[in-house]
Amino acid sequence: MAESTTGLYDGALTQAKRHSFLVDLFIRLVKEKPLGTVGAVIVLILLLVGIFADLLAPYGYNETWVGGRLDASSMEHWIGTDQSGRDLFSRIIYGAQISMFVGLGVSALSTVISTLIGLISGYLGGKIDIIIQRFVDAWMCFPGIFIMITLMALTGPGIPQVIIVLGLLYGITGSRTVRSAVIGIRENVYVEASRAIGAPTGRILMRHILPNIMAPLIIVFTSRMGAAILTEAVISFLGYGIPEPFPSWGGMLNRGRPYMLEAMQLAVWPGLALSIVVWGINMLGDALRDLLDPRLRGGVGRYGLKKTKEATKNEK
Amino acid sequence: MRAYIIRRLLLMIPTLLLVTIIVFLTVRFIPGSLIDLMASQQMGETMVSPEEIAEQIRHDLGLDIPVGKQYLRWLGAWQQEDGTFSGVLQGDLGKSLWTQRPILGEIAGKIPISLELGIIGLITALLIAFPIGIYSAIRQDTAGDYVGRTFAILCMSVPGFWLATMIIVFPSVWWGWTPSMVYIPITENLAENIKQFIIPSLLMGMVMSGVTMRMMRTMMLEVLRQDYIRTAWSKGLRERVVVMRHALKNAMIPVITIIGLQLPILIGGTVIMEQIFNLPGIGRLLIDSLSQRDYSIISGVNLMMGSVVMAANLLTDLTYAWLDPRIRYR
Repeated sequence: MAESTTGLYDGALTQAKRHSFLVDLFIRLVKEKPLGTVGAVIVLILLLVGIFADLLAPYGYNETWVGGRLDASSMEHWIGTDQSGRDLFSRIIYGAQISMFVGLGVSALSTVISTLIGLISGYLGGKIDIIIQRFVDAWMCFPGIFIMITLMALTGPGIPQVIIVLGLLYGITGSRTVRSAVIGIRENVYVEASRAIGAPTGRILMRHILPNIMAPLIIVFTSRMGAAILTEAVISFLGYGIPEPFPSWGGMLNRGRPYMLEAMQLAVWPGLALSIVVWGINMLGDALRDLLDPRLRGGVGRYGLKKTKEATKNEK
Repeated sequence: MRAYIIRRLLLMIPTLLLVTIIVFLTVRFIPGSLIDLMASQQMGETMVSPEEIAEQIRHDLGLDIPVGKQYLRWLGAWQQEDGTFSGVLQGDLGKSLWTQRPILGEIAGKIPISLELGIIGLITALLIAFPIGIYSAIRQDTAGDYVGRTFAILCMSVPGFWLATMIIVFPSVWWGWTPSMVYIPITENLAENIKQFIIPSLLMGMVMSGVTMRMMRTMMLEVLRQDYIRTAWSKGLRERVVVMRHALKNAMIPVITIIGLQLPILIGGTVIMEQIFNLPGIGRLLIDSLSQRDYSIISGVNLMMGSVVMAANLLTDLTYAWLDPRIRYR
């Protein structure tokens, strides 16, 4: 098969083989999506700040400053101190670490769960699919925040709990995307062929289906990351997420509320950090979605323009 | 259409049953230590030993019989101790563990507040999303389009609860103005009530408008390139007629689905806004019950919200089928 095509598409094949899938994706991102690149830079900064928080933060996240609480910005404390006299800048930095853990943890866990459910439900189909999908339907009926804070109240606050609860819920909802991708691939000839030569289901799933649903999986992963960071902030703000003294941005906004009239820095900085990170992830996710799957495009990409150009080219 | 409605309703039955099972099981997973805590909290009032109270609470929650039987009793498909059938199926959600008042009444009293918040929020979202989305599409890649799209992304990225916090803090520091923190019922003073609801609703609407705006723009762009739009233009119709009558009608169909799908997010948003602006709605009821560990109310609220979303999904699907006849015959 491959040999017969090499003559025709020789250039194209060597071109495609030069880079791996991810490198190629990255190059296209930088070339075609300036806003997506900005988003990627923000995500990168979040990761770096998260990893090197201990080196970057001038003080510990729970280190109280005897000099004063609710101080305005000064040489020692660039953006002031909080209600317990802790350096706000350091807490924002450590907050990035928590957001990174939650974002990556939830995305990883939910992607694994989505993939498992989606693969089984989509590939096996039939009765199993119907039963699994009714379960997914039922879970999707609960308004996110309601069921999340209920589950968090049962598990108690904490970072692992947040990751498990959010990962589970997002995993169940995200399985729909994976399932429809699997159903699209299931009917392909190469799947039929490997089934015909007697390959076991597990092997078909791992070798033929899974590599072909990488695009929707990347989309699920990035879109979950932004949502997870935002939702963690919301449930921490409501008091069910990550407990004191850990510096979750949402928790900081919650704890600082009674003191914000005296010290406005408590209201501004955690929210600003959160908004920038979520914006960056959204932009990156949108760009990736445009690059990877034209069918799932958002309204942001330059889709209309491109389509008309291509369409006019084809017409002529 | 009738066959479609019947099929859709039949599909709802197993889902609804599973929703009740999920709601029921979350209560089942109450850690034992919490029951002891509830017992010690209640002990002050009586002279009974904590073990007995704990036993009583387990009995009240129905935790002392097999799970299956508990579930069927709660559902109303199994006889209660007094031999009657009273459960979810009979419209009886049980009683509050603390106040002993019927839960259905508790919830019903809070619904108008959350509903008002949600409706004003939804209207706001549509009022923002439709004009900007349509404008962005018909003036694609102009400055106005970029401003509109940037605004949409901002709406999706800036957390509503942060904006709400800042609206409480900054005007009060700068101009000494704070939004009212005491709930004013709509029957008491309509103007004051609207004034109180408008800010949280606007914020909820903004958060929701981002997604709708983008969907509106995408769908308009797609429809505007169809042949029948070109025909409409070449007939010499005015832009307003082409856009509003020919394009918008067709672009609306998927947008309606997106609006329906966002309802759970809208309902979830009420929790945050009710908490920040001190409005006694369903979200506050849930948060208060969670802090009091009133598990009967918690399952009642979650069941109610699950059913509301399911009804909204049904309505969305039916609207979709009604607008687009192709769906019905699939």
